[in-house]
Amino acid sequence: MSWLLALPIIVPFVTAIFVFLLRKKGAAGRWLSVLGCSVLLIAAGSLMAATWRDGVVAAQMGGWPAPFGITLVADLLSAVMVLITAITGLAVAVFAIADIDARRESLGYHALFQILLAGVCGAFLTGDIFNLYVWFEVMLIASFGLLVLGGDKAQMDGGIKYVTLNLVSTVMFLTGIALLYGLTGTLNMADLHGAVQQVENQGLLSVVAVIFMIAFGVKAAVFPLFFWLPASYHTPPVAVSAVFAGLLTKVGVYALIRTFTLIFNHDIAYTHNILLAVAALTMITGVLGAAAQNEFRKILSFHIVSQIGYMILGLALYTPLALVGAVFYLVHHIIVKANLFLVSGVAKRLTGSFELSAIGGLYKSSPLLAVLFLIPAFSLAGFPPLSGFWAKFLLVKASLEIEAYLIAAVALVVGLLTIFSMTKIWAEVFWKPHPEEISPELSMIDGRTRLALLLPVFALAALTVTIGLFPEPFVMFAERSAGQLLDPAVYVQAVLGVTR
Amino acid sequence: MEILLSLLIGLLVAASVYLMLARNVLRFLFGLVLLSNAANLIIFVAGRLTPEAPSLVPEGYSAPPELVANALPQALVLTAIVIGFGLFAFALVLVYRGYQSLGTLDSDVMRVAEPLAEKASSPKAELEVKGL
Repeated sequence: MSWLLALPIIVPFVTAIFVFLLRKKGAAGRWLSVLGCSVLLIAAGSLMAATWRDGVVAAQMGGWPAPFGITLVADLLSAVMVLITAITGLAVAVFAIADIDARRESLGYHALFQILLAGVCGAFLTGDIFNLYVWFEVMLIASFGLLVLGGDKAQMDGGIKYVTLNLVSTVMFLTGIALLYGLTGTLNMADLHGAVQQVENQGLLSVVAVIFMIAFGVKAAVFPLFFWLPASYHTPPVAVSAVFAGLLTKVGVYALIRTFTLIFNHDIAYTHNILLAVAALTMITGVLGAAAQNEFRKILSFHIVSQIGYMILGLALYTPLALVGAVFYLVHHIIVKANLFLVSGVAKRLTGSFELSAIGGLYKSSPLLAVLFLIPAFSLAGFPPLSGFWAKFLLVKASLEIEAYLIAAVALVVGLLTIFSMTKIWAEVFWKPHPEEISPELSMIDGRTRLALLLPVFALAALTVTIGLFPEPFVMFAERSAGQLLDPAVYVQAVLGVTR
Repeated sequence: MEILLSLLIGLLVAASVYLMLARNVLRFLFGLVLLSNAANLIIFVAGRLTPEAPSLVPEGYSAPPELVANALPQALVLTAIVIGFGLFAFALVLVYRGYQSLGTLDSDVMRVAEPLAEKASSPKAELEVKGL
C-alpha cells in the first residue's frame, strides 16, 4: 500500500534523472518524458482506485509511527488531484514535443518539468505540514527554472516578479508553521486536527490561521495577492505556462481547502467569512482585469485569478454542497484552463503572435481549431452542457441554499463577464480576417508536429465534454470527497490509527 | 532568553520590511534574507528553549534520562536554512541576469513583460532605464 502512495512522487523523480541525462539527445529525452507521464498516470489511476475502495489510504514513511514520522496520505481529494496532475502532465508532455525548441530542451526543460510534477504530487499526498512546505519548495524551484529557462527579456522580467513574491509567501508559510508548532507541539496534519482543539488561546489560533491564509493565498493567486500571476504567466513558452496555469495555483487552493477543513475550523464565522469576501473580490477583479487585456495569454491569466475565486467560494461557504462544488470546480478548471493555454499555443504557431490585434482569420482557415477553442472557452464561461456549467450550478445553488444572495449574484455576473472575454478572443482571433490577410491553415504544420499539438487539446476537450454530458458519476465522486473533508474522523483514523 | 530572541526577531522583521519596500530589487532580496532568518528564529523559539541540555542520548540508553532540548526545531531550522540558502542563491543569480538583460534594478521600470499602453515618457523614468 505504501508503494501506491510513494509512486506518484518517485516516478517523476526517476524520470527527471534520466531525461536530464538525455537532455542533449533530442527525441529520446522527449519520448522518455512522455513515457514517464504515462507511468505516472497509471500509478495515479491505481491510487485513485485504492482510495475509492478503502476511503483514505495512509502510509508511514521509514516505519516511524505517526505523528512522529512523515505520513503520506491520500483521501479522495488528494487522489483526484494526483490523477488530474498526471493527465495534465501527459497532455503537456505530448504538446512539448512540438512546442519546446532544441535550445530549451538541452537546458533541461523536461527534467525540470518532471521535478515540477513530483513536487505537485508530493504536495497533494503529504500528511505533514512541514513536509508540505518542503514540497512547495520543490515545486517552486522547478517552476522558477521553467519560467526563466531560455532567458528571454520578458521572461527575466516576469521571472523576477514571480520569484520574489513567491519567496515572501514561502517565508510566511514557514512562520505560520513555526507558530502552529509552538501552539500545538505537532506537525502531523491529522494530529493537528485534534491538537488545535486543546489550544487554550483560540485567538492566537485565528492569527495563525490568517498567516496561513496569506501564505496559501499568494500561491493560489487570490485578491489582493495575485499580482505575480498576470505579470509572469504569459512570458514562458506555452508548454510551460499551460502546466503552470493548470496546476500551480491549484496547489495553493488545495492547501487552503486541506488546512481550512482539517485544522482551522475552530472559528468558522471569522476565518471563512474572510475567505468569502476574498472569494468575491477575487472573482470580480480577475474578470475585470481580463476585460482590459488585449493579449491572448494575459486574458487567460486574469481568468485563472477570477476562477480561483469560485473555488475559494466553495470552501468559504463551508456547506456540504458548496464543497462538492469546490472539488468539482477544481477538477473541471485544471482541464479547461490547461487546454485553453494549449489552444493559444496552436493559434500562436499558426498566426505568429499572441497579440489580439495582430492575429485573426482562424475560423475560416482552421475551423477545427475554432471548435477546439469553443469547447473549453464555453466551459470556462459556464455554458450547458459543458463541465463548467455544472461546476457553477453547484456553487450558485449552494449559495442560494444558505440565502447568500449577494455572492450568488456575483458568481453569476462574473460568469457573464467571462463570456465577454471569451467572445472577445473569439471575435479577434477567429472571426475577424487576419490583418496581414494570410489564411493560416492547420495543414501548414507538418503531420507529426500537428498531431503532437492537437492530440492533447483534443483529449482534454473530450474530457470536458464527457464531464459535461455525464456529470453524475463526477458529482457523486465530489460528494463523497466533500463528505470526507467535512468529517475528518476517517482521515484522522487512517493516519493515526485511533479516533479522536 | 525567549524575550530577547523575540525582540531580535521583531527587529529583523522591521528591518526586512523596510528593505523590501524599496523599489530596488537587490534591496528587496536582502530584506528577504533577513525575513527568512527571522522565520528560522521563530521556529527555534516556538520549539521552546532549553539551555545547557544538549539533546544527546548517553551510551546504553534508548531514551535521554533527563530533560533535554527539543531536537525537532533544530532539524526544521536546518532544513529551512538549506532551502532558504538555495532559493536565495537562485534569486541572486536571477536578479543579476535580469540586470544584465533589462539594464535596471528598479522594479517600477521593469515593464518588458507588461508594457504600458502608452510609453511612459517622463524624463525620470528614462534616466532610470539608462541606470542613472
